Amino acid sequence: MNVENGVHDPHYFVPAPSRWPIVGSSGLFCLALGAAFAMNSVSAGKWLLLAGAAIIIWMLFGWFGDVIRESTHGQYGKQVDYSFRWGMSWFIFSEVMFFGAFFGALFYMRVITVPELGFDSTTHDLLWSGFKEAWPVATGPKVDAYHAMAPWGLPAINTALLLTSGVTLTWAHWGLVENQRGHLKIGLALTLLLGATFLGLQAYEYHHAWTEMQLTLASGAYGATFYMLTGFHGMHVLVGAIMLATMLGRVLRGHFDKEHHFAFEAAAWYWHFVDVVWLILFVFVYCI
Amino acid sequence: MTAATETLNPIQGGHADEAHGHDDHGHHASTGWRRWVYATNHKDIGTLYLWFAFTMFIVGGLMALGIRAELFTPGLQFWQPEFFNQLTTLHGIIMVFGAIMPAFTGLANWMLPLMLGAPDMAFARMNNWSFWLLPPSALLLVISLFVPGGAAAGGWTLYPPLSLQFGMGMDLAIFSVHLLGLSSIMGSINIVVTVLNMRAPGMTLMRMPMFAWTSLVTAYLLIAVAPVLAGAVTMLLTDRHFGTHFFKAVGGGDPVLFQHIFWFFGHPEVYIMALPAFGIVSQIIPAFARKPLFGYHSMVYATASIAILSFMVWAHHMFSVGMPATAQLFFMFMTMLIAVPTGVKVFNWIATMWQGSMSFETPMLFAVGFVCLFTVGGFSGLVLSIAPVDTQMHDTYYVVAHFHYVLVAGALFSLFGAVYYWLPKWTGYMYSERMGKFHFWWSMIWFNVTFFPMHFLGLAGMPRRIPDYPLQFTDFNTLASVGAFCFGLGQLIFLYNVIHTIRGGVGKAPANPWEGSHTLEWEVPSPAPHHTWETPPAREVVEKGLKEQLL
Repeated sequence: MNVENGVHDPHYFVPAPSRWPIVGSSGLFCLALGAAFAMNSVSAGKWLLLAGAAIIIWMLFGWFGDVIRESTHGQYGKQVDYSFRWGMSWFIFSEVMFFGAFFGALFYMRVITVPELGFDSTTHDLLWSGFKEAWPVATGPKVDAYHAMAPWGLPAINTALLLTSGVTLTWAHWGLVENQRGHLKIGLALTLLLGATFLGLQAYEYHHAWTEMQLTLASGAYGATFYMLTGFHGMHVLVGAIMLATMLGRVLRGHFDKEHHFAFEAAAWYWHFVDVVWLILFVFVYCI
Repeated sequence: MTAATETLNPIQGGHADEAHGHDDHGHHASTGWRRWVYATNHKDIGTLYLWFAFTMFIVGGLMALGIRAELFTPGLQFWQPEFFNQLTTLHGIIMVFGAIMPAFTGLANWMLPLMLGAPDMAFARMNNWSFWLLPPSALLLVISLFVPGGAAAGGWTLYPPLSLQFGMGMDLAIFSVHLLGLSSIMGSINIVVTVLNMRAPGMTLMRMPMFAWTSLVTAYLLIAVAPVLAGAVTMLLTDRHFGTHFFKAVGGGDPVLFQHIFWFFGHPEVYIMALPAFGIVSQIIPAFARKPLFGYHSMVYATASIAILSFMVWAHHMFSVGMPATAQLFFMFMTMLIAVPTGVKVFNWIATMWQGSMSFETPMLFAVGFVCLFTVGGFSGLVLSIAPVDTQMHDTYYVVAHFHYVLVAGALFSLFGAVYYWLPKWTGYMYSERMGKFHFWWSMIWFNVTFFPMHFLGLAGMPRRIPDYPLQFTDFNTLASVGAFCFGLGQLIFLYNVIHTIRGGVGKAPANPWEGSHTLEWEVPSPAPHHTWETPPAREVVEKGLKEQLL
């Protein structure tokens, strides 16, 4: 894109040698090893997990601290800005594909596996003949009975919350572009509040489902896809909210102007992406 | 040329940057271990990638020799079957994720900024992280060999239900794949953004080197499918430890679902290991045929077509698992369709050589060897794409022969070619042509001795991934094992040649040791200074090279 637009910084910013990547790698190594140990009841596991998480948090503060310093010192030129935009777009594309794997699993089970198992076929007779094809309550012989989550209660409220948060965030962005800082702060704070409410309601929904509806991770194909899709989505909302909170902190310190605020835009792109995932999820996990 | 060399002068570059404040990387030049661990220089990181890849190539290669030693004669000689399975599994994972892929990323790191006229990769700090995630993932795999139950032993494809039954080794393999995926995604985003945003003035997309094109398309594929693999192994993990039923029919799931998700990743992965090889060969052949690449535009379109088609062929890995006839036909025909753009490439390489003024230095030998043997692997792939034939050959040694023709004689040979081609630029010295040629012919002969008989073994029905076999398969297996040990031994010559070159080789290399190379990396001195193209190359320099390439 740069050649066609002719954007070349006289000196493209190349960061100095940095300790943060190797710190991040050590943290992820501890997390990976710790998780493998913890899942197999090795006692060192949870300590490794804790250490890994602490190292990662340290790395995030250090690394993003460097980035923010470089940005506020005006070291990022126009071409670097293009790089950031491309980079964030491709990162979001990779996230789309990650969710794609789980949506793919959901579609495959609903369209192929569950009908096949319930169909009058050899597979059906050999595995268990009493199995009736049904969705969402498709239970095999070793799955306890459970209830499915209805869409028009909490999930619908959550949909409204997330959609509204997309609007408030765009409103905040307008405030930033028009240099109305108060407007920007209120918009960001509202978005965060809506995001936090969403997460709170989601946690309540999980608690309710797990304890009163007997809907767990082990509740057959439905339970697995329900928790994995909504769970990974919830984790992404959490990450998006942390990003937005960081942006609010930076706004309060007087960072960003109407020309230079890519960090804000990146967080906003991410938030809108998480919104869209929820809409697809609401339709395919809750409604249909 | 003068304009170019001036901007390249590292000392002058350092002074010019002083005015730009403390951020200049030249001032922070780290020494000792910090230079490598904290590196943000694309050449240092490229070097790290290449040495890591070579180390993993040796580790994975020793595992392959462990396999071949066991298969030298029928009966169990060295390993228990369980350990044999761990060897085949780790050999696959290490060669794919530890050797071939990092080697290509290392080349992209070293060469893309030089070829495109960029000061570094777009995200130099993240570049470091992409590399430094690899040693921890390799370490997880190594640790998995020593935990109770041993390493993952279900094949590199990690199919359930087998992969749901192993011990901690499988969990470690899963987390290792997660880290490798993170590394691939970050490395690929870096490559895509560098190619899209860092090209020199005048170098438009349709005028950039083929290696840049294939790296771009490969990186795109990897961003698209690495997260899918991460999703697949995450589902394995929750099935193993958190009670989900993704791959268990007892709750409405399906082990075949894993195969679909895995191969949705796995087939593009095949091209992730092939496309950069096409790019390298497309740089080497024109250089030694002293002719511009024939059909540059069709090469670009063929690369893109292969990438797009690679998303629509995955179930040809699953013909024998049970699928509706319509689906079998669809995947069969789509697979055959890939032969068209691949054929375009092969014919273009041949047309580039046609009436060229050819000379056969080591890089060219490996490139021509690539064209011949990759085509053989392509043809056996075409045979396997035919569903009724594949039903017979599935999981036999014919498949092993097929993918080693495209991965060893394909990807690996192209990598050897690339190393010989660019070694003068990296080290500033010429390698020994005698040793290089010997390495080529030695590899060429023993590769075929190792893998050609496997076609016959497969046709005769010998299944893959077994430590023992019936007596009638003995002769070909013995032959293959002899070939494998000789092939492996030959790679020590390569290692020696590289080290010998680093230490002075057979003399100093000029900026451009090859008559027919006209890409930008040859405009900088040999060895390439630590920092190059800190300001974009002058338009005349770019245009001069493009004109020679008829672009």
